[in-house]
Amino acid sequence: MDFLIFQAPMLMVQATMDGLILGIIFALVAYGMALQWGVMNIINIAQGELVIMGGYVGYGLYIMGIHPAFGVLIAPIIMYCVGWGLYKLVINKVVDRDLFISILATFGISILAQQLMNFSFGADVVVAKSNFGTLALFDNSVTLPMSKLFSAGVCVISAVILVLYMKKSKLGRAIRATAQNARAAKILGVDTEKVYAATFGINAALCGIAGACVAMTLTLHPYTGLPYTVRSFMIVIIAGLGNLPAVAISGMGLGVFEEWSDYLLGTQFRIAAVFSLLVIILVYRRFQLARKREYLT
Amino acid sequence: MNKLAKLFVTFLSALTLTLASISSSFAKVEGDYIVLGAAVSLTGKYSSNGVHTQNGYNLAVERINSMGGVEVGGKKYKFEIIYYDDESNSGRAAQLAERLIKQDGVKYMLGPYSSGLTKAMAPVTEKYKIPMVEANGASRSLFTKGYKYLFAVLAPANLYLDVAIDLAVEKNGGKPVKVAMAFEQDAFSQDVRLGILDAAKRTGSKIIIDDKLPKELNDMASTLAKVKATKPDVLVVSGHTKGALTAVRQIAEMKVDVPMLAMTHCDAAKLSKQHGKDSEYALCASQWHKTLSYKDKFFGGGKKYDKDFTKEFGYAPPYQAAESSAALLVYKDAFERANSFDTTKVRDALAATDMQTFYGNIKFAPGGQNVSKPMVLFQVICNKDGSSCENKVVAPTKWASAKLVHPIPSWSKRK
Repeated sequence: MDFLIFQAPMLMVQATMDGLILGIIFALVAYGMALQWGVMNIINIAQGELVIMGGYVGYGLYIMGIHPAFGVLIAPIIMYCVGWGLYKLVINKVVDRDLFISILATFGISILAQQLMNFSFGADVVVAKSNFGTLALFDNSVTLPMSKLFSAGVCVISAVILVLYMKKSKLGRAIRATAQNARAAKILGVDTEKVYAATFGINAALCGIAGACVAMTLTLHPYTGLPYTVRSFMIVIIAGLGNLPAVAISGMGLGVFEEWSDYLLGTQFRIAAVFSLLVIILVYRRFQLARKREYLT
Repeated sequence: MNKLAKLFVTFLSALTLTLASISSSFAKVEGDYIVLGAAVSLTGKYSSNGVHTQNGYNLAVERINSMGGVEVGGKKYKFEIIYYDDESNSGRAAQLAERLIKQDGVKYMLGPYSSGLTKAMAPVTEKYKIPMVEANGASRSLFTKGYKYLFAVLAPANLYLDVAIDLAVEKNGGKPVKVAMAFEQDAFSQDVRLGILDAAKRTGSKIIIDDKLPKELNDMASTLAKVKATKPDVLVVSGHTKGALTAVRQIAEMKVDVPMLAMTHCDAAKLSKQHGKDSEYALCASQWHKTLSYKDKFFGGGKKYDKDFTKEFGYAPPYQAAESSAALLVYKDAFERANSFDTTKVRDALAATDMQTFYGNIKFAPGGQNVSKPMVLFQVICNKDGSSCENKVVAPTKWASAKLVHPIPSWSKRK
């Protein structure tokens, strides 16, 4: 048990692959969070619920007899509307207020979303079967479910599209301008209200895509959104705001770190290991910042 | 409104409240009705099992009432249950227990769903010396606290899966086996784990993997990769419905070959319905199965219960419903033997229970757990194309309706 790594070195390959794939899905959720945090200065506690909601869209298709893979196309459309609606109903009232108010508001949204999902889909744990089969490598010692590979592919493509969209499109430029200085953007004719609504919608759409992937690879339950919120929050904290490539790297890095610590320390320590790492990184950051300040003065 | 009027309104509403609470404080036995109190999870994360619990209670109440009710002191009484929704929240469950006892004047309680909520309510019922017959809290710690008023019709959690270890040893020609375990970190699953540890010690078996899964985790890939590398004889998984569904999905995806797979919560997770052929050969611990040959005069046998329940509620009863129905049968029996509504006498009668119900034999140990009903193990067996799967009881041998398929065929030979 203690020397599992020597008995089966292929396990580390498996761990790395599993971690990368999981990390990519989390990174997409974190992308959304980084985006709307950066633009609107709102920490969205309901992020995980948006993911689960997207998952239920995929699951809904599945029980209607449609392949859940189509969820990655349908879920972002529906979730964009949900996000836009949420902005118009709640978020626009708290967007200029202090952080605490917006945390409370989104916390409320998360409770409401949980209860609504529980009400409409029941409290059973559900899965959507993709029947994609499995890719076996190295004489079956490393197995990669095709559903996971598919999900990872979808997430990477969505992230690339998002980055390009932010760079090239008019709305993308408006979003970036608003993120840099909302007041200046407003003076120069950017409709920031529209930008905020779109940003929240895009965030929800990204969560929807990730959710549809979760439905195919993991399990869904109305009350399991919180881990996604916490994880994406962590990824964003480590990566820093407005640094999208770093979000991808920290997402995947955390995924791999988590799987490795599972193998080397045991499953019971995997989440503890991740959070310890977070503490170390934050402490390191603090020292780094303090040093910089010293140079400045 | 001036100050005086305000004061008057306040006074009036206070008076109404007092009257309301007085009028309901005779609620233990109202006219022809014996009133029982229950807080079950109708919303929140336990709501599906909470509803199974409520349906089980209701079916039994209806059946007992229509068959003459409960005879105490030569007079026939009927059962009635006051329900509250505990929102799957243990704090709320404890509050509601207080409310049922203090405000509604309930003198006899039924249990909520889940060990956690039962644990929250037991201290309250104990404090007021109100008997509680519960059907859905199996955690061992409920029965080691010396509670005098708590009775559970179900077998404690540490007995859920130790049968599986015995079975594996038997299949291994009596020689010890290698066991891999993955248990969620909650009270119930950790109790199941203790049972496995005992069984391993008893049979001299070796635990080679002992993973404790964090609650929020819905990915078991790394545990399964370890299983693949170490090749145990038995893999035991317990993590409620989420654990069962995750394990089966990922075992199939990762093509993990293990001779025996034992789990809990298969029927609550609708395992065979959700995973079809992938769930085949899984061994599942169950408190009850419709094919068991226990009988009583209210529900007949298990098959009849299954039929009646399905007719009433439109779905086949999971064991959570069956055990809830059994709790009412226990109450009826105890009231008639006590021949009194005095809570102490009812409590003593409950403690002396020794009866058979369609759900199994019921006899309480001093700690309150039911010791005379063994757990059964069923195996999921599917037809050729996996379109329909059935749960067949395979252990203990006394009730086996099918032969255990062992070892589980490897994935390369399946499909």
